[in-house]
Amino acid sequence: MDSPPPATPPALQQTPLFDAHVRLGGQMVEFAGWHMPVQYQGRGLVAEHLATRAAVGLFDVSHMGEIIVQGAGAEAEVNRLVSNDVSKLAEGDACYALLCHAHGGAVDDLYVYRLGADRFLLVVNASNADKDFAHMLAHATQPQLFANRSCDFAQIAVQGPNAARLLARVAPGDAVGLPRNRIRVHGFGGGDLLVATTGYTGETGFEIYCAPSQAEPLWFALLDAGGDLGVSPVGLGARDTLRLEMGYPLYGHELDDHTNGYEARVGWAMRPKKTGGFVGSEPLAQVLAQGPAKKLVGLELTDRGVPRADYAVLHQGTAVGKVTSGTHSPSLKKPIALAYVPSELAAPGTQLAIDVRGQAKAAVVVPFPFVQPLPSNPVD
Amino acid sequence: MAIPSNLRYTHDHEWARDEGDGSYTVGVTDFAQENLGAVVYVELLAVGTAVQAGGRFGTVESTKSVSELYAPVTGSLVAVNVALDGEPELVNSDAFGNGWMVRIRADSAAQFAALMDADAYQVHVAAAGN
Repeated sequence: MDSPPPATPPALQQTPLFDAHVRLGGQMVEFAGWHMPVQYQGRGLVAEHLATRAAVGLFDVSHMGEIIVQGAGAEAEVNRLVSNDVSKLAEGDACYALLCHAHGGAVDDLYVYRLGADRFLLVVNASNADKDFAHMLAHATQPQLFANRSCDFAQIAVQGPNAARLLARVAPGDAVGLPRNRIRVHGFGGGDLLVATTGYTGETGFEIYCAPSQAEPLWFALLDAGGDLGVSPVGLGARDTLRLEMGYPLYGHELDDHTNGYEARVGWAMRPKKTGGFVGSEPLAQVLAQGPAKKLVGLELTDRGVPRADYAVLHQGTAVGKVTSGTHSPSLKKPIALAYVPSELAAPGTQLAIDVRGQAKAAVVVPFPFVQPLPSNPVD
Repeated sequence: MAIPSNLRYTHDHEWARDEGDGSYTVGVTDFAQENLGAVVYVELLAVGTAVQAGGRFGTVESTKSVSELYAPVTGSLVAVNVALDGEPELVNSDAFGNGWMVRIRADSAAQFAALMDADAYQVHVAAAGN
């Protein structure tokens, strides 16, 4: 008898920079349904990480989802959905926020850019883009204002103390020198780029939204212009260790449908009492009033070993929490982790342990971030 | 990628070198270290511990992942590379030399003889890479 043919997994998507990654020796892996470089041959995670902290790194983040909300009433629509208060954003401003379930858990975390009085760009995680869009439509009063435009955008992040110098050489414009959380239009190759002073590394830098056809010319222009600035392409491996050193949550690890923003230590992006509230604001206002039962903490191992996601956190020999992300910090050359622990054990200095495959390794709670980025270097 | 012809190899990408006195030096291959990425910690069983062919003799942690190390032959550990304590990156920079991990005094020579030679390992790596 013939057995049924094996189910064919859906084809992985390629970003407009797929060929560029292959040419640069990118080790391509599956991530959230996309072919993405985890690191580049001849460089590697640690070198790419350190190049970003010391000089400047280029990241292809074209897999991220882009949703445009525009038309009369767009501000009210977005404000009803996200945890931060976008009515406070002037044109050209941006903020981090969570998209929440009615029960307060996180649907996703995202960036909201105000491009105009009635025009917003919402940038969401690739793994959640479809779920987010469905959630938005389900809770919108004017769903016709929402458009999933992920296919129309590529995204390149330029991050590190030399990011401003590099961008000023290739695509100079108003965003260079602005504080964090701004977005401006720069020209490049006869077209427009949306250049935001945001990022996921803690470094000074930019996230550049462009047409897919602009991605490869921009990528190689940045690489070619940055030789003397120490520019390096950076894969997803170092993207993860860089954000981990800052204590930034990654959806699927520190955030999920049943975790809220106060637990994940992004309470600064939660405005449950803003006018009109938002989906999930009532239960979240209660969490704010009572304090969350568990909190995300940074842990530094004082014993040898490397903590990994799902390892148990121990207090006096008893499991009290769980590691959500862990690595050997390339900057500190020490094992570090993000973990959830009961709030009463979350104070810096608290002595805990991590169960590393059966061995209790001593760990101590440390404040975020694990690493202080260098200041930006002045442009040429 | 280097695959020295004087060594024998396991399917799990360990190499073994015959020291001519019934003992075998063991490490991981160039292919293994490239796939592991930056090695940050190598945990090895203590000298004197008995190991089984195919059984664990240690763990290697890289920035990306954790992997078990498997003994190519049955015997007991007669030496471990203590230099890896301070310089685990030797596994990346010199996988077949200073990045060696343990020396095993084997119960018999038969298991070593049955390991893959360089040509067979080359084929194995090519298949793993696809």
